Amino acid sequence: MAEPTVRIEGVSKRYGDRYAVRAVDLGLDAGECVALVGHNGAGKSTLIKMMLGLTRPTEGRIAMLGEDPGGRHAAHLRASLGFLPENVVFPPAMTGREVLDFYARLRREPVARNTTLLERVGLADAARRRVGTYSKGMRQRLGLAQALLGEPRVLLLDEPTSGLDPASRQSFYEIIGELRDTGATVLLSSHALSEIEERTDRIAVMSHGRLVACGTLGELRALAALPVRIRVHFAGPAGGFAGSLLAPNAWAWLDERRLELTCANDAKVEVLRNISSVGGVADIEIMPPTLDEIYAYMMREAAE
Amino acid sequence: MSVVLVIAASEIRAALRNRWVLATTLLMAALALTLAFLGSAPTGTVGVGALEVTVVSLSSLTIFLVPLIALLLSYDAIVGEAERGTLLLLLAYPVERWQVVIGKFLGHTAVLAFATCLGYGAAGLVLGWSEAAQDWESWSAFAGMIGSSVLLGAAFLALGYLVSVAVRDRGMAGGIAIGIWLLLVLLYDMALLGALVADQGRHLTAGAFNSLLLLNPADIYRLFNLTGFAKVSMFSGMAGLAEQAQFGRATLLAALAAWVLAPLALAAALFRRKQL
Repeated sequence: MAEPTVRIEGVSKRYGDRYAVRAVDLGLDAGECVALVGHNGAGKSTLIKMMLGLTRPTEGRIAMLGEDPGGRHAAHLRASLGFLPENVVFPPAMTGREVLDFYARLRREPVARNTTLLERVGLADAARRRVGTYSKGMRQRLGLAQALLGEPRVLLLDEPTSGLDPASRQSFYEIIGELRDTGATVLLSSHALSEIEERTDRIAVMSHGRLVACGTLGELRALAALPVRIRVHFAGPAGGFAGSLLAPNAWAWLDERRLELTCANDAKVEVLRNISSVGGVADIEIMPPTLDEIYAYMMREAAE
Repeated sequence: MSVVLVIAASEIRAALRNRWVLATTLLMAALALTLAFLGSAPTGTVGVGALEVTVVSLSSLTIFLVPLIALLLSYDAIVGEAERGTLLLLLAYPVERWQVVIGKFLGHTAVLAFATCLGYGAAGLVLGWSEAAQDWESWSAFAGMIGSSVLLGAAFLALGYLVSVAVRDRGMAGGIAIGIWLLLVLLYDMALLGALVADQGRHLTAGAFNSLLLLNPADIYRLFNLTGFAKVSMFSGMAGLAEQAQFGRATLLAALAAWVLAPLALAAALFRRKQL
């Protein structure tokens, strides 16, 4: 097993007597895209700031690509990190191209490549316009472009898709996918749970500064052990349906043709077998718990 | 290009774009030309006066104006970026924090130097063109005035940076910057005068008084320009003081340079430890 590109060990951050981040352990590997989810003030942004060395942990240690982000070689290390802050802001009097050129020079990257980069995020036409005239989504795309400068090995994106329309969201995840395939580590924090469900390898859930769970969507489902919902559509009014087949699972009629039942995940196969033995079934819908539901469950658990 | 220069260049570009450079240069040129043409009125003639008279009137004005411009440019430099949210991204780049402070400072100093040289230089050109027979000493007094004005501006820029780094709130930084201006430009001299009158020369010796003047960059500038040259000090009415002055021009310049470097070094050190 190779050394993880990001290693966070027992990290806490205290402001006064309030913990923003508390005893977090997390490792991220190369070629992995991990989502960081949590309510406002859960500690996501603070964790990202500590990974960049912008603020120092009160306890614990962080190693990015094997280096301490707050240590003596931090500036050198940051050349390998890309960052998109939450609500990114640029000087409004500068054009998009000027902004990107400025950041490229700070990284000692040739500015000639910026044309391609602006095309890649869909800002080629707006490159000569002042940033002050940009929409929220365009600023966000410019923010992504600067984070991609110099092909960073670790990308830390704080709420990257806020303000993006569905089409730009799609192309955003395509770019992230390409980066991941070249071996970059991507950590993105998000509120939009439904969109990260399919697009990230692992999901880390934070609540009140603590990391309450981390794993693939399947692992989180197993951890939460939430019931699966199954909806059965009948071809005609199913008057003679023997409900006893479904016991002990909870079930109810939605209307005279549709029946909905919930069962534990491991009882799912048996329930389906029983249903298929009944005549007159037109369709079966299986609805595993969504990330939203798992998240809501975990928040309730964490609160208790 | 080094990171410091990249940041300085971006600061200059921002100042050009938001018309700071234009406004400052025009203001200084207008004031300098007005003083050059009307400044000799106290000597009895209206018209272009002697270069020395202009040095006296212009440097008296500079003491008020340049620190104010410098503080207005600099108080916002760090804390403003922090509040707008651009600082977080900048510091996530492969830059050291001292490079950010020095780069921005150099950019602002360049803006101020440009405005001063062009604005005051315009007045110098007019005077030189209309009155060919200025001697070498007068010109070196005028050049010294321009150079020390830039240095005075740099000292107050450095003080502004110190405030901008130390404070978490933009409004508070602005308030403190105005406070520094009032204290060093207006109140310090009044307090010193008051102390002299109250003391009646019992404890406050000439040496102690001179040292107290070194504790204020505005007074160092005044001493440098008004007592440094015989003809200038005659016009400024400070010939008496000039005889008592125990510091050479080099010492005064060094003291002014220390007023640039010390606050700047302190600002860089504070910024390095700052948690965002």
